[in-house]
Amino acid sequence: MLVVLGANPLTGYAALLDGAFGGAKNLANSALKAMPLLLVGVGITIAFRAGVINIGGEGQIIAGAILSTLFVLGFPDVPRFVLLPLTFLVGALGGAIWGGMAGVLKSYARVNEILSTIMLNIIAVQILNLLLRGPLMDPGEIEKGSRIPHTERLSGNADLPILPGGTRLHLGVLIAVLMAVACYFLLFRTTQGLRLRAVGHNPFASRYAGMSVKRNVVLAFMYSGAMCGMAGVTLVFGSEGHRLATDGGATTFTGAAGFNGIVAALFGGLHPLWTIPASFLFGALLVGANAMQRAVQVPAALILALNGLVVVFVVGSMYARARLARAASESSDQDGESDSRSPVRSADPEPRNPP
Amino acid sequence: MGPTTAGSPLLELEGITKRFPGVVANDRVDFDVRPGEVHTLLGENGAGKSTLMKILYGLYHADEGEIRLRGEPVTIDSPSDAIEQGIGMIHQHFMLVPTLTVAENVALGLPSGRRLLQDLSPVQQRIRELSEIYGLQVDPDAYIWQLAVGERQRVEIMKAIYRDVSLLILDEPTSVLTPAEVDDLFVTLRQMTDGGRGLVFISHKLHEVMSLSDRITVLRGGRVTGRTVPSETSREQLAHMMVGREVRLAPNRSEADVADARLTISALEVLGDRGTPAVTDFDLEVRSGEVVGIAGVSGNGQRELAEALAGLRPAASGTVVMNGVETTAKTPKEIRRLGVSYIPEERMRDGAIGEFSVAENLILTSHDLPPTSRRGFLNFKQIETGCSDLVRRFTVKTPSLETPTANLSGGNIQKLIIARELSGEPEVLIASQPTRGVDIGAAEYIHTVLMDQRAGGIAILLISEDLDEVIGLSDRIAVMFEGRVMGILDQEEATVQRLGLLMAGVSDGEAEERAGRQPAGSGPV
Repeated sequence: MLVVLGANPLTGYAALLDGAFGGAKNLANSALKAMPLLLVGVGITIAFRAGVINIGGEGQIIAGAILSTLFVLGFPDVPRFVLLPLTFLVGALGGAIWGGMAGVLKSYARVNEILSTIMLNIIAVQILNLLLRGPLMDPGEIEKGSRIPHTERLSGNADLPILPGGTRLHLGVLIAVLMAVACYFLLFRTTQGLRLRAVGHNPFASRYAGMSVKRNVVLAFMYSGAMCGMAGVTLVFGSEGHRLATDGGATTFTGAAGFNGIVAALFGGLHPLWTIPASFLFGALLVGANAMQRAVQVPAALILALNGLVVVFVVGSMYARARLARAASESSDQDGESDSRSPVRSADPEPRNPP
Repeated sequence: MGPTTAGSPLLELEGITKRFPGVVANDRVDFDVRPGEVHTLLGENGAGKSTLMKILYGLYHADEGEIRLRGEPVTIDSPSDAIEQGIGMIHQHFMLVPTLTVAENVALGLPSGRRLLQDLSPVQQRIRELSEIYGLQVDPDAYIWQLAVGERQRVEIMKAIYRDVSLLILDEPTSVLTPAEVDDLFVTLRQMTDGGRGLVFISHKLHEVMSLSDRITVLRGGRVTGRTVPSETSREQLAHMMVGREVRLAPNRSEADVADARLTISALEVLGDRGTPAVTDFDLEVRSGEVVGIAGVSGNGQRELAEALAGLRPAASGTVVMNGVETTAKTPKEIRRLGVSYIPEERMRDGAIGEFSVAENLILTSHDLPPTSRRGFLNFKQIETGCSDLVRRFTVKTPSLETPTANLSGGNIQKLIIARELSGEPEVLIASQPTRGVDIGAAEYIHTVLMDQRAGGIAILLISEDLDEVIGLSDRIAVMFEGRVMGILDQEEATVQRLGLLMAGVSDGEAEERAGRQPAGSGPV
């Protein structure tokens, strides 16, 4: 693709690699870029494992960011060691509410979750723009008359502390990794995780075993949203301006993390621990893309195209693997009931038997 | 049975070998069909029956061996080649388009006289003629979706006759039919062979095999393990050839102490998927130490009944009392906690999660109870010991506890489900089709387990379409027809004929009348 764009591919990729991995500073930038992807990625993983598709990362990030910002605006003087954990909690709650809405709609009104999460994204963006142009706008901006849509600098007690080492790395990166590990435990070591995965694989058998599919679908969306909400917290309180901002358009402050996180989750094989390196890779790609843009003057949008290609390849390879597995199982059981070997993968919260 | 026609065989398969990675599905199999005979292919799941027939029908290629039709070697590369050579196949699952009429289905795939529009009137005419000749009642103008299962099968046969096949393969054709429909089918099949056609009959129902076949070939592990004729063998011998060891076909039933009622269903009404009543005015009582069988043709409300008892489908009216507690408005979990277990009809859909490991499936219903978990965290040590114990006790054959359940055989998955459902020491067990599609060895084992549980004093409701199983295991048998109990027979008075009439909706009084008129033993046993 680089050649088509008339650039030297070798220089281009060298710049990309150097920008992403060259030196502690660049590595730190990659990790910072990866942080929201990781949080969103593990959130998406929980939803996918429970058999529902959460495209609502963007909206849940924004919901978490708004709620935590409101919280810190309301209680700016609480000491840091109390304020920080509470801020994360409130942010998670915001995301959980936003995600939970999609879950409730799916479970109790049979609204397709892809549709509802996308719609909820749009609603969240517009609420954010409304708030930042209105009640939450920095009073200083109003005074100056420049009216840039962002909040005042939020309480320093809620700043995510910079980690030692002389880079811009802050606590959010650690929290993201910690949450990935926590979600691994949730999914594979707890009864709740067993229920989520059971419902995701086979809602019929789960119902027979006494689980509530509806309840678990709502819970999956809430856990998923909570992770995205925390991503929102890290983006606001780890930002250089330490404030909630928007560009007034549809992408706001998230840098499309709500979508890129899906890619990271898929690339991580929908496993919370593998999502850690996967999102780091994507963070690095995004950072490197800017370096490449500077070096050989190709648009960073190329990296986004690359992103898309990765999704195609990953999904394609999963499909190929599934086909191979099916072929293998067929050959070892050519005479058996092949129909009994394709368990239902639908995630309809109200499994109805076909007549 | 009819004498086999002498002369050259219609079809000869010689030395057919088919290998799949890791298995030899067919190992030098010889098989032939003479004109005018029914040659049965008998074997368990995985024995290689379907592979052989798929080779014959052009769906697979044989690695070695030769196919000869009327003495001429042929290559069959696709089903259309097979059809051209006069080979027809009736699949277990019907290949009909529900939204089209019978005539349209029959005409489907036939060359049309005109270019774009097909003139169906000659097709309809021909169907009526053939109906007459073969006594095959088929209305060419009826839509498939309007037809009952037995009628749909007649359409499949009509398709084959219409195409004038000389060799017809029938893959488990009786699994969806009532005993009376099976009788009708066999009459039709006999008429077809009288016209010089050859039939390959695939079945695992031994009494049907004994009554219909001219010759029987038994396959096991891809090899021919026996060739015989019905007059020289018995069901026990056939089972022996299929499994490779002695098999007890009838389970040992000891006297059990029947005590108080554990499951009482009164005036139950349950709606089906379409919102019409699937179960109506249903009364039944199952006491501890008792097996009550529910016989009936599939689709007469058995599934809805089982789901209502499990709490998965709301009752429209009436009551269900289990272990002294009314369960009509309870959730599946609450009902399970009362000591009720289920063996669901569709094991891979409702009974187990294919992607889950053996251990995960074994704890599916007890995962949130101590000692399997504490404070929301799974106790892996306990799970490991508990599950190894269950796997051993119920002889589930699995490479490890971590193996994905979908990799096990049908019989072993069923044993796994039974192990899980009995691990909670239930007081009521609702077993739907517990041995459907499992191999004879596993079925024998499952029957033994059920009888042990009965002796242990639990109340068992056995829903099954396999009449031999229902008669062999049950103390009392209720026959379901269109959602109602047509009649309840004690085990001693239950015969396939009496049950068959009830299953067809003929009430007990009428049934006795007919039974009096008809000499015993005219049925398909």
